[in-house]
Amino acid sequence: MMSNGRFGVHGGQYIPETLMNAVHELEDAYNHYKNDPAFHAELNELLKNYVGRPSLLYYAEKMTQDLGGAKIYLKREDLNHTGSHKINNALAQCLLAKKMGKTRVIAETGAGQHGVATATAAALLGLECEVYMGRLDCERQALNVYRMRLLGTKVHPVDSGTATLKDAVSETFREWVSRIDDTHYVLGSVMGPHPFPTMIRDFQAVISKEIKEEILEIEGRLPDAVLACVGGGSNAIGAFYHFIEDTDVQLIGCEAAGRGIDTKETAATMATGRLGIFHGMKSYFCQDEYGQIAPVYSISAGLDYPGVGPEHAMLFDSGRAQYVPVTDDEAVEAFEYLSRMEGIIPAIESAHAIAHACKLAPTMSKDQIIVINVSGRGDKDVAAIARYRGEDLHD
Amino acid sequence: MTKIADAFANGKAFIPFLTCGDPDMETTEKLIVAITQAGADLIELGIPFSDPTAEGPVIQEANLRALSGGTTTDKVFDMVRRVRQSVSIPMVFMTYANVIYSYGADRFLKTAAEIGINGIIVPDVPFEEKQEFEPLCQQYGIDQISMIAPTSHERIRAIASQATGFLYCVSSLGVTGTRSSITTDIGAMVKLVKEVNDIPCAVGFGISTPEQAEAMCRQADGAIVGSAIVKLIAQYGRESIEPVAAYVASMKEGCRKA
Repeated sequence: MMSNGRFGVHGGQYIPETLMNAVHELEDAYNHYKNDPAFHAELNELLKNYVGRPSLLYYAEKMTQDLGGAKIYLKREDLNHTGSHKINNALAQCLLAKKMGKTRVIAETGAGQHGVATATAAALLGLECEVYMGRLDCERQALNVYRMRLLGTKVHPVDSGTATLKDAVSETFREWVSRIDDTHYVLGSVMGPHPFPTMIRDFQAVISKEIKEEILEIEGRLPDAVLACVGGGSNAIGAFYHFIEDTDVQLIGCEAAGRGIDTKETAATMATGRLGIFHGMKSYFCQDEYGQIAPVYSISAGLDYPGVGPEHAMLFDSGRAQYVPVTDDEAVEAFEYLSRMEGIIPAIESAHAIAHACKLAPTMSKDQIIVINVSGRGDKDVAAIARYRGEDLHD
Repeated sequence: MTKIADAFANGKAFIPFLTCGDPDMETTEKLIVAITQAGADLIELGIPFSDPTAEGPVIQEANLRALSGGTTTDKVFDMVRRVRQSVSIPMVFMTYANVIYSYGADRFLKTAAEIGINGIIVPDVPFEEKQEFEPLCQQYGIDQISMIAPTSHERIRAIASQATGFLYCVSSLGVTGTRSSITTDIGAMVKLVKEVNDIPCAVGFGISTPEQAEAMCRQADGAIVGSAIVKLIAQYGRESIEPVAAYVASMKEGCRKA
């Protein structure tokens, strides 16, 4: 299935020659430490006592009754330290970087969740940290920018291109090419050149490992469907991974449709993209007929990316996972719904998965089970949602 | 028929870069003719890409100017087809993998060969991914130019042994753009290349003055200049023909002195 960092036809290492030795060095280090019990002991200790893992699998009883169909469980990644699943990967990569002798980490961020997670891990492990973030995202997620600065990280607003997540990724690659010796690029999603998609998948797979143990303990059976939002796809692959072989479990990725997949203001890669090569990987990308990457749009800064990780592209090709578009309107409604119904304010990214669950659950029977990965908490989104509803509220 | 080796047949080569369609396609066409007359030995023609990850701000902006002016791959092909009637030096395309892949690699490379393009430089296709375009390049008689960088070390031999056309030596870490000094030991990189393959080596990234071109050409077979030319085009727009031609003449003179 996988050779040379391939997932089917997807993946690979499409990066400038200047970076090739750096990714080989990373691959060697990862292959060494993934089999090193001492590394895992150190990481697991941090995940338990610093992040707060395992995260809870919570039975959303009111939501279940309200929708009147399948039983709904929420995987509470929003309860992790720093408020999202991003810390799982950021902490593991920073630990690996330190073992590799790196003293400085750089990262891109969209909503700021990965930036905050990386800034946090860097502070804890004593690494210098710089984060690249589109200027537009700096504005819509101002709170996270200040949070990173509090943690001792320097935040660089990115003005190139559309000034959003894809431009932040490009700019972080440019920075890495300029300074490789002491610097590791903590990529935030299951994308980019090999070994990033595999390594980050492994670091996030703890989510599905826990879901499986928890649901077996609570219900004595596997769920019928696992839902997660997909931008680059790290929380989704984390939630799917240990269920891929369990073919009775439906895996559903929820993409950001923005104002709709029939408009240009969308970020739904599977629904509107084509096969291409960008940001180090072959995968699906939103692009025009000449291969120019499309300026995508979503209310969610974290899903506002024109591509998708190569393993998702493979799961899409094989039909093992389905990918559905969810609009801004639907996501905002789900954001408000979960807040009122369960007293849980989800990240606007995660609200995309909740929105689809609201459609899916009533079509299923009461003895079926849906697990939704609540990838992050929504505090960071409150001001933006208020503005979306016409209220003049600023961070 | 023109071939890349011609560029290196008359002493040290000067290789200028232009972004096609910046500021418009008509100006690019005039620039190609003018810089050929001014002494260019090979021209690198950039097909603009929305997200040029290997470029510094100067060429990034040129890409965006060209795209917002309506430049497309088909329009670049049309322009090259016209200009090929009067320009006989080798020309190569410099673009990103997705521009070729999305057009259909077969259709892209077949057309490029038909209109007289001699090679392609694709910075996001390293040695490990060469198979993406290489078989089609061979089929249509186009050289896929290999790159080596200051970080390549033990990779240089493997890359050089399979290189065709010329070898692009990246002078420094980082993205494209002018630099006040180049500290990499280019001579040592070129020596390693020549041990396994007698292929011309041209140095790019960071070169902007005739003195730098001369210094690079002492250690290699040619100098490649992009950002310094693109800056002139950004400054003078449609009036850039004369200043760019004068600049190219001065740079070629620097190469000659080496």
